[in-house]
Amino acid sequence: MSDLMSNLYVLVLAGFLGFEVIRRVSPLLHTPLMSLTNALDAIAVVGAIVIAGEQRSTLATVLGTLAVAASASNVVGGFLITDRMLRMFRAGAKTKAS
Amino acid sequence: MSPQVTSVIIEVSYLCAVVLFVLSLKWLSAPSTARHGVLAGEIGMALAVAATLLYHGIVSYHWIVAALAVGCVVGIPLGLVPMTAVPQRTALSHAFGALAAAMVGTAEYYLDAPHISAFTMSALAIEVILGSLTFTASLMAAGKLQEVLPQRPITYKGQNFVNLSLLAAAVLVAVYLVLNPGATYLFPVIVAIPLLFGFLMVIPIGGADMPTVISLLNSYAGLSAAAMGFVLGSKLLIVAGALDGSSGFILSIIMSRAMNRSFTNVLFGAFGQVQESAAKVEQKPVRSATPEDAAAILEAASSVMVIPGYGMAVAQAQHRVRELYDILTRRGADVKFAIHPVAGRMPGHMNVLLAEADVPYDKLLDMDEANLEFPQVDVALVIGANDVTNPAARHDRGSPIYGMPILDVDKARTVMVIKRSLSPGFAGIDNELYYMDKTLMLFGDAKAFVGSIVRELSASGNAHA
Repeated sequence: MSDLMSNLYVLVLAGFLGFEVIRRVSPLLHTPLMSLTNALDAIAVVGAIVIAGEQRSTLATVLGTLAVAASASNVVGGFLITDRMLRMFRAGAKTKAS
Repeated sequence: MSPQVTSVIIEVSYLCAVVLFVLSLKWLSAPSTARHGVLAGEIGMALAVAATLLYHGIVSYHWIVAALAVGCVVGIPLGLVPMTAVPQRTALSHAFGALAAAMVGTAEYYLDAPHISAFTMSALAIEVILGSLTFTASLMAAGKLQEVLPQRPITYKGQNFVNLSLLAAAVLVAVYLVLNPGATYLFPVIVAIPLLFGFLMVIPIGGADMPTVISLLNSYAGLSAAAMGFVLGSKLLIVAGALDGSSGFILSIIMSRAMNRSFTNVLFGAFGQVQESAAKVEQKPVRSATPEDAAAILEAASSVMVIPGYGMAVAQAQHRVRELYDILTRRGADVKFAIHPVAGRMPGHMNVLLAEADVPYDKLLDMDEANLEFPQVDVALVIGANDVTNPAARHDRGSPIYGMPILDVDKARTVMVIKRSLSPGFAGIDNELYYMDKTLMLFGDAKAFVGSIVRELSASGNAHA
């Protein structure tokens, strides 16, 4: 039960933290924000790796393996496109000078 | 290494990954530090994955390595799509994330049933229901954005009743499973119904509502990952899921506010229905102009505000627009861009397209900044935007878009609108902006029209020199 409570605390605090941090992201970068959070969310790959690697049943191994592939593609694709987008955002000459 | 040592290494790596993920989002707040944010995220991810591979319970690496390889093969092309395809790519990645959550949840259930506590079973049910519905809904959204599916909202009588009944049925079965986790024969139901629900949910949603829907699906994908964290007892997953969930949630709020609509209205009140009633407007006279006229007016302007919309993306006109920006700026005009939060098909869509075309980001104004400037603007040039410029939203109580925050384009001294024809926008509402005395309609394809204006301007520039 204590484990459950501490997990709930983590969820609530992380939710608030996310709200405060993300509120400050300029509308300019909302598209990269979405692709970056998507890549970070693909951390689900660690859960999938455990399921695929433990091989406790055939079904679990198959589903885990597919889940690893799906999340890994989000990790790779998500970071790649976010970086490509952010590289394109450049300030004008005036801002650079100031 | 002993299992104890590895588990400490894993826990510490996960903690570092959490810190890096939060920093990653924090650095994203400004364009100058944003790329550090991506790097922090990548390091955190690499750390977490590497540590997980040390886990002593893993008996074989074959499938993991193969799956990671497949992930790279699929992920790299998805990371290299052209910027115009970013909305559908994003929808597709929500689908993948949700699919992974649903599959891990299903695997966990069949491994542990019937010895699952009520709380874990609740988290599992949330994970699987949200994962499944987000999967099909995101695939549908991606299909609509890629235009392999019709963008028009498809509605039928009793649609909301059918959808809500399906959802209620899934929730009831989930509650039964929480009370009787051993009822394995019922588990497929909480996968199948949400899959169907996700598909039906997006059918009535039109293209212009996509920014809200994509944000909402982003939030669901995050929440299902957080639920997965509860099932697996992983705080790392809970934090990442909560961050993604709150990000999607904030974006959905911003998007629905920008359309003056509630979530429920976006999901259950298809906009296409107003089409027939509002589309019948008598023909009023408009003033139209040629590229030469437009070039002459722009030449005389000292401040120009460009209002891009989805039409610019469709016509792929952003590079021509950038040439126009260059030539006018060189002539000493102050050129800026006014960007409505829901312009395009996902949050921030226009900014990315213009940044790709090399327009400096400090020239891209959000709605509030732009509305302060419109009264001092000589020429407002609307390219492929419609409803977000309609003054009726401010004063016409009968208009379906009444109350929606708009760009005050009508306050500029002269307004020019590039448009294919006078046909109404997605909401089927006539735009009174087009009939104002100071408005000139420039009929034609956005890319071709801006191209001819640029040619006119450079020709006259050479003539003066």
